[in-house]
Amino acid sequence: MQRAYEVMFIVRPDLLEEDVDKLIATLQGHATTAGATVEKTEKMGKRRLAYDVKKFSDGQYVLFVLQADGKAIHELERRLRVSEPVIKFITVRTDEEKQRLDKVRKIRESRVKRPPAGATPAEAESPAAV
Amino acid sequence: MADETQEVTTPSPRPQGGRPDGPRPDRGPARDGGRKFFRRKKVCKFCVEKIDDINYKDVRLLGQFVAERGKIVPRRLTGVCTPHQRRLTAAIKRARNIALLPFAAR
Repeated sequence: MQRAYEVMFIVRPDLLEEDVDKLIATLQGHATTAGATVEKTEKMGKRRLAYDVKKFSDGQYVLFVLQADGKAIHELERRLRVSEPVIKFITVRTDEEKQRLDKVRKIRESRVKRPPAGATPAEAESPAAV
Repeated sequence: MADETQEVTTPSPRPQGGRPDGPRPDRGPARDGGRKFFRRKKVCKFCVEKIDDINYKDVRLLGQFVAERGKIVPRRLTGVCTPHQRRLTAAIKRARNIALLPFAAR
């Protein structure tokens, strides 16, 4: 079953830009052969880590957004684990959260549409401030 | 209501001394004479600003709810409502896992 996932991983800071690109390309290839469809890859740039990971205090963050089933994710995680420029990664399943957000947005929109005038009774608080 | 007392942020929690008689319960506000002290009502940031998505990648947002040492600030201090605090907690923990936020800052 295909689900929406996000995989974020940190590449060691001393890796060159083109090597990072290469790494991303190979990982993407592995993911697609495992049966996932990569919707988006985003290099989030170099940033300071909140704590040291494998004695590095900086890292280059990369984000994958993909549709995959559990097996493909498992395979991708295995690849990440064995590839040594990757120092840390996290996989987050996002489909349920997305659904929830859509629902919330829909409710909000319908509420905004219907009573536009007398809908804000609780907002009349701030003008009374002295 | 009670505009002039709104500025009092942290009054002493119970009015001591006064009211020698009457079996007043220890806890809870004094019900009889109208409350003298108002704590400024905190509101949930996520409800007010209509932030639906509490994402672990949003370090700026999450950082507001993390104390200096890296601890998650409790609801009673920030005023975040329960459902949002739950999501916030999950997001902060995720962010910690990918080194966006510290587990414990020095």
